[in-house]
This record gives sequence, structure tokens and C-alpha cells, in this order.
Amino acid sequence: MWKWIQAFASPQNFYQTSAKIIPWLMMPFIALSLAGLYWGLVVSPADYQQGDSVRIMYVHVPAAWMSLFVYMVMAISGAIGLIWQIKLAHIVAKVSAPIGALFTLLALITGSIWGKPMWGTWWVWDARLTSELILLFLYLAYISLNNAFDNPKTASKASAILAIVGLVNIPIIYYSVEWWNSLHQGSSISATKISMQIDMFIALMLISFAFKFLYGALVLMRARDEVLVREQNSRWVKTLIEGKK
Amino acid sequence: MTKRQNRMVLVATLIAGAILAVTLLLQALESNANYFYSPTAVAEGKAPIGKSFRLGGLVVAGSFKRKDLKSTFDVTDNKNKFTVEYTGILPDLFREGQGIVTTGSLVGNLFVATEVLAKHDENYMPPEVADALEEAKK
Repeated sequence: MWKWIQAFASPQNFYQTSAKIIPWLMMPFIALSLAGLYWGLVVSPADYQQGDSVRIMYVHVPAAWMSLFVYMVMAISGAIGLIWQIKLAHIVAKVSAPIGALFTLLALITGSIWGKPMWGTWWVWDARLTSELILLFLYLAYISLNNAFDNPKTASKASAILAIVGLVNIPIIYYSVEWWNSLHQGSSISATKISMQIDMFIALMLISFAFKFLYGALVLMRARDEVLVREQNSRWVKTLIEGKK
Repeated sequence: MTKRQNRMVLVATLIAGAILAVTLLLQALESNANYFYSPTAVAEGKAPIGKSFRLGGLVVAGSFKRKDLKSTFDVTDNKNKFTVEYTGILPDLFREGQGIVTTGSLVGNLFVATEVLAKHDENYMPPEVADALEEAKK
């Protein structure tokens, strides 16, 4: 297992293997998105109170889940990079940050669009909304810090530490609606209870899995670019480029 | 200790330190991170009476009265209740039995509101199911 990980994590091998994996992530993404759109817009019913506005949830909730998920991937790969000094882990952390930031922004914007007609306001400073906004700032700080150093090694280390410290915000976001009174509603889906109609739940799940595959594909694509840049002086990259000429 | 173990300890210390710092911070914040006060909290004097604050609870069924843009209704947490007076447009989700959060201040026992926001709960269902649930209650 260990040897296999090390072999896969070698930049050259990763570059070749990932090219084969990407189509197998993109295809499920497209299929699940189409199914999710159909389920979300056609099959699932309107809500008894919100009417058709409930459909914003099928983008908002998966995007918000992804904003937490991507952050955890980023912090854990940062930690792996720090401890085992695997270059690829640092690369995965680095290329994940802008994707996570976009998912966070998407969650905030869709939430705002839903909030105006339903709550009567675009924004409130309650615990859930504020902690999610802090998550966006954490992503942005991570990206800036990573770009602030000329030496990629120093940049990886410094930003990994930031990502690990910022990890404490994740449970705060998740439990904010339970720990404090908030305008934001509690979670509809927990391990023990699903408080929504089954077609709504299916639409939500389809889009959630679609987003996971999209993230996987995007990370591999961006990591391949990053690997090429970092290994530009190595022999295999030079051979690769000369072979293309 | 090997260098790798050293780095593991470093990362663990980092996480523990961050958790400790944030726990202390949240302890200090205590209820200040709450978005609104319940009617019971207000009755117990926990809210900053005299200043503007937010009151949250359910709109009591049958308490809603409106004249032009001026409306009055009762907000309860099933223990205490306050009468709210508000002039302006109410959000779509506002209705009796609904959770709301309102900003304003207490004038005697009357809560004079400057803003009313509707709160949504975590239950999502089509209208037929909501009707059936309503039927079952009766």
C-alpha cells in the first residue's frame, strides 16, 4: 500500500495516470448533473411554503457541503504534505483552494437570492452566515499566502499551517445552527432523520454527487498543470514537450 | 523521535492550539453569538431592554391584526409572549404559526419593531403532504 501510494504520488506517474482518470470523473458528473436538473426542476414538487423557490436548495446545499468538504481535503492534504513531505499532497491542497472558494461563493450567493424573498433580507449576521463568510476569507487568505512566496516549498508549508488552523471553523459552521439561535434553519438531513420529501432528497443527492465528481476532475486537471510547472526542469517534462513538437 | 514524528507532533499541537483558542473565544462570546432573544429570555431580563434588540419566536395563531401597513401580532416561545407592532411590508413566509425574527425595542410591554424577518424551518414538503399533516392533527 505504502509503496503503491509513493509510486502514484511521483509527479511523472501522477501525470500519466490522472489523464486516464479524468474522463471517468467527467462522465458521471455530466450524467448526474443532467439527472439532478431533471429531478430538481421537473420531478420534485414545489414546497408547501416556499413554492418554487425551494429549488434553489438543490444548488445551495450541495455547494455549501462542497465548501466544507473541499476545505477539509485542503487541510488534510496540507497536513500530509507537512508530515510525510509528499509534493503531490501540497499540490492537491494548493489547486483545491480556488475551487473551494468558488463553491463557498456559490453557496453565499444562492443563499442570498433565496433569503431575500423568504426571510425578507439578503444578508444577516447570524452565526451560520457569518461563519460561512469567514470560510470564504480563509480560502482567500490561503490563496494569497500561497502566492506570497517565491519558493514553492516555503509557500506550501506556510499555507498548510494556515489551512490546518482554519480547520476549527468547519465544525463551527456545521453546528452553528444548533449551538446558537440563528435565522438560518437547522439541517434537514442528519444521520437519523431526513426532513424532506423523497424526490427533493433525490434531487439534492444527485447534484451533491455531481459536484463531488466535478471537484475530483477539476483537482486532477489543475494538479496536472501545477505538476508540469513545478517539474519543468526535470527530464521527463522536457522529453514530453520535445515529443509534442 | 524521528523527524517525521516531530512534524506529526507539530501538526497535532497546531490543531490542539487552534481548538483551545477558539473554545475560549466561544466561551467568552457565550450568548452574544445568538442572533435573537426568545420571549422567555426577554422576560427574564437577559435582553438589553432599553436598546434595540432582536426578538424571535412563533407568531401566535389568531393574534394577527392589520390596518393598512400597521400590523400587530403576538410572538411566543410557548412560555412567554410579547405583542409586536410593526409598520411596513411583511416577508412572503410571514404567517400565523410561523417562526419570525424581529428587530426593535420594548416600549412598556409592547415590542415596537423596525424590521420583521420570517424564519424557515428544516422541513420541506409538497403542499399535499402539508395538508395531510394538518388533517391528521385535527
